[in-house]
Amino acid sequence: MAELLLILPGLIEATVKIVGLVFLVILPMVAYSVYAERRFSALLQDRVGPNRVGIPFTKISLAGLGQPMADGLKFILKEDFTPAHVRKLYYWLAPALTMVPALLTCAVLPFGGYLKVPFVDEPFRLVIADLDVGILFVFAIASLGVYGIVLAGWASNSKYPFLGGIRSSSQMISYEISLGLSVIPILMIYGDLNLGSIVQQQHEHGWALLPVTLDGLKPVISMRDLALLVPLSISFVIFVTSLFAETNRLPFDLPECETELVAGYHTEYSSMKFALFFLGEYAAMIIGSGFAVTLFLGGWSLPFGLGSDGSDSLFWGLVGIGTFFAKVIGFILFFIWIRWSIPRFRYDQLMRLGWVFFFEIALFNILLTAAILMIFRQS
Amino acid sequence: MAIVVKRPKLNIFERMYLPAIAKGLLITLSHAIKRLRGQTKVTMQYPEEKWDSELPDYYRGAPTLVKDEQGRERCVSCQLCEFICPPRAITITPGEIPSGDTWAKVEKRPEEFEIDMIRCIYCGMCEEVCPEQAIFLRKDYAITGTTRAEMVHDKEKLYEIGGVREGLVNKWNELK
Ligand code: SF4
Ligand code: SF4
Repeated sequence: MAELLLILPGLIEATVKIVGLVFLVILPMVAYSVYAERRFSALLQDRVGPNRVGIPFTKISLAGLGQPMADGLKFILKEDFTPAHVRKLYYWLAPALTMVPALLTCAVLPFGGYLKVPFVDEPFRLVIADLDVGILFVFAIASLGVYGIVLAGWASNSKYPFLGGIRSSSQMISYEISLGLSVIPILMIYGDLNLGSIVQQQHEHGWALLPVTLDGLKPVISMRDLALLVPLSISFVIFVTSLFAETNRLPFDLPECETELVAGYHTEYSSMKFALFFLGEYAAMIIGSGFAVTLFLGGWSLPFGLGSDGSDSLFWGLVGIGTFFAKVIGFILFFIWIRWSIPRFRYDQLMRLGWVFFFEIALFNILLTAAILMIFRQS
Repeated sequence: MAIVVKRPKLNIFERMYLPAIAKGLLITLSHAIKRLRGQTKVTMQYPEEKWDSELPDYYRGAPTLVKDEQGRERCVSCQLCEFICPPRAITITPGEIPSGDTWAKVEKRPEEFEIDMIRCIYCGMCEEVCPEQAIFLRKDYAITGTTRAEMVHDKEKLYEIGGVREGLVNKWNELK
């Protein structure tokens, strides 16, 4: 009993964070990123996009902000059709297997610095699980996402899903390597696998891609940081491109590829099961954006080391959360912008890009980082 | 004979692919900005915005029957329109004009005249074929109804939308 009382506060804290982050932030964000995608793509293509659905039974349309609710309701009400020729167990398992890893990775995502709540002495760390192996955890879980797609392709027992599943597994495996390698320079520079402390260091010394701090009003940048910008920019390009491939977004959406494969791995799915794939893709995109922001763009910190990490005031804690989500939303818009600007790659080009270019460049980049760190050794 | 298509030689920037991506992104962004500033023409938001005032004269809306300036039904129930109508939307029940009537010399008029607006394809053949210029396509396009029966326009309804048209055919009155 006494033990239970000891872990109880931690348990409550974790539950609040999980419910707050996953159910109140990430899932609504998933729904609304679909809306954002539709509206933003409409802007890019000289269209209007969904602007009608608002509050039901009234004429208030709110620029279509009710659309995600209507879409969700539609998915729930549709017939959930299971074809007779599928392998039932795996067929049912697959959608869950895409959604769950996508959401699981957000456990180590620091979505703010600290939150100092009145009447509580110790400020709360704004991360669900403050793991010291944060990045490893992310890679381990994120690569599980491919199982969902492969299972869906295989269990559907039909040719287009099967091809989609095969494509996705080879694509994800190829790009996982460059994704992992592109992060190594960051780890070498910050000397830490804990995402929270990586952001903390970026907060103190400027973002990885903007290593500028302010001395009064004069911007300061050290030679070492300037030199490190080169490998970090390369890393960033590789990381972002691999992220596109990992999340199956255009220009790398070959597992779905409507023009060739009908709908790829989810051809045989309908209703909420299809929606799970669909939303899983968006959840992966949001959380992927979260990681890109955390690793390269300073996470929750303001540029130039402004503000504080929120361990002493509630205000800065909230500013941190706001900054983080503002950056994530900006990154999601970038995702959408890319999707509607660049045509799909051919499959051999995709594999060549992954294995021949990114893999080598990422390896070389690690050496480059090491060399720069050697030259500017701060002993 | 085989034609050899020469592949263009790409320079280093084109092969790097990234400048091309940046260019593509700028193009889409410029479209987005133009759209945001309202410089792009987009689809009309229908029930709120309408095109009614700009409909061209030749616009083909709902087919209707018209009367002439003396209130006479122009249609003489010759049934040419019924015959020509490609989807067979028109059904006419011809009737005789009794001898006491002012227009007894016209002899025939429709007892009942129905156009099924679910069938009508707004082709305008009826208007073209009518020897009496009694049937015209008006500019009404929002023909709605909650039942199939409601979508069948009877004679009364057709005259209601059609109204009066003057001139054109004068062979039945004194002016001839
Ligand atoms: S417009 Fe064409 S389809 Fe309609 S009633 Fe006349 S002839 Fe028939
Ligand atoms: S509308 Fe014209 S074509 Fe049709 S029956 Fe009457 S007179 Fe003949």
